[in-house]
Amino acid sequence: MAPAGLRERPFVKALLIAGAVGYVGLLLLLPLGAVLTEALKKGLDVWLAAISTPDARASIKLTLIVSAISVVLNTIFGIAAAWAIAKFDFPGKAPLIALIELPFSVSPVVSGLVFVLIFGAQGWLGPWLEAHDIHIIFALPGLVLATLFVTFPFVARQLIPLMTSQGRTDEEAALTLGASGWQTFWHVTLPNIRFALLYGVLLCNARAMGEFGAVSVVSGHIRGETNTMPLQVEALYNDYDFVAAFAVASLLTLLALVTLGLKTAIEWRHRDQLAAQH
Amino acid sequence: MSIRIEGVSKSFSAYPALDDVSLTIRDGEFVALLGPSGSGKTTLLRILAGLEVPEQGRVCFGNRDVTNDKPASRGIGFVFQHYALFGHMTVAQNIAFGLNVMRRGVRPQRKEIAARVEELLGLVQLPGLGSRYPSQLSGGQRQRVALARALARNPRILLLDEPFGALDAKVRRELRDALRTIHDELGLTSIFVTHDHEEAFTLADRVALLNHGKIEQFDTPQQVESSPATDFVRAFLA
Repeated sequence: MAPAGLRERPFVKALLIAGAVGYVGLLLLLPLGAVLTEALKKGLDVWLAAISTPDARASIKLTLIVSAISVVLNTIFGIAAAWAIAKFDFPGKAPLIALIELPFSVSPVVSGLVFVLIFGAQGWLGPWLEAHDIHIIFALPGLVLATLFVTFPFVARQLIPLMTSQGRTDEEAALTLGASGWQTFWHVTLPNIRFALLYGVLLCNARAMGEFGAVSVVSGHIRGETNTMPLQVEALYNDYDFVAAFAVASLLTLLALVTLGLKTAIEWRHRDQLAAQH
Repeated sequence: MSIRIEGVSKSFSAYPALDDVSLTIRDGEFVALLGPSGSGKTTLLRILAGLEVPEQGRVCFGNRDVTNDKPASRGIGFVFQHYALFGHMTVAQNIAFGLNVMRRGVRPQRKEIAARVEELLGLVQLPGLGSRYPSQLSGGQRQRVALARALARNPRILLLDEPFGALDAKVRRELRDALRTIHDELGLTSIFVTHDHEEAFTLADRVALLNHGKIEQFDTPQQVESSPATDFVRAFLA
């Protein structure tokens, strides 16, 4: 027990807790509940029907494809970048770290516009692409590029501080014990970073599926073709088809809850190891 | 195995870490690299391990020039100051690591590896602790595991970077004795880095004193004490 002078008075404590809970409730739980109630307002059948229209299903499929590609590429990139930054010294390291964080500070709309500027019909490479019948903007490659850009930092940012603090000693130990570079990565580095990596991948995936701004600019909003789930929600909402809009939105919300659940479950299952490491 | 270091130089950014260092170590010798921090002793040890590459000069183990060989192919064992045990592996898995990463065909059978692990646990006086995790061991026990792990592939040369640096005085003495016994028993050639001259003098056959990337004196402890070669040596021992 802390000495009397350091103890909070009961009403201060109550006020702080009530404030925190109220804030979370108002800003997080209420909207979350609203989405789910609105989606299921006319019953489960209507909800099911709304998410199984061809357009809705196409948007789900597209979202899964785009996020799968983005997560895989950004995971590989994130590990490579974190490895380079944490384990080697090279000129330009500080600017590289800053650059990796750039997508966090750039508005997603700008992130999308950049690609229109490069690949769009009026863009730098537009005429050349058109001549060769390559479609990037208003097609899958554009959606992937925009999503990649926005979700670029998630894995790298999780890993860089961890790998920097872990240093190179474990890897050097593995090398002196006769391991190859690949064996060292697989048996030593990867196990050392697995929780941070998993967390980064989950966050990256959540953002990739939920991204709206950047994707909106490059999508072209062709229903059943280039509309991802967030874009489909907007399209349905603009049609005053609220139940369908909320039904698709509820799927996205579910994704957030699954992400959160997975993260908690992983932390719970490995709590002993996590405690031992810190 | 004897070790010959010839005119080795290495610099980090601007300052020289090693400046034209030559040293010949006899087969079976136990040598201490002694000096203040920044004297280049750890750099020299890491060059012997292949973790750093010298800018000039060469390193020979026996008659073999290993200057550009990778750590993996040098036939050395390396013990780190902070153990560098793999936290997600048990003690037994740590010790077996060097054997498990061997190429199929050269790699011993699983049973042989298990037997070797038991043998090594006995050698470092930790029998029966194979299933523990490093986090469940004391500092002294961890360093013993690190030693066993470094010896798994029967290296002829053992390199130790401040191996007792993170341990308290009593554990230090015990481990020192254990290390000397193992060195003699296995007929290793061992080199260890330290900044503690008492430790260097009690443990080593010969001591190399380093300062500013140069060797000030390389002699037996008795010689160094009775006739210090330079003012630096005299001051360092005082």
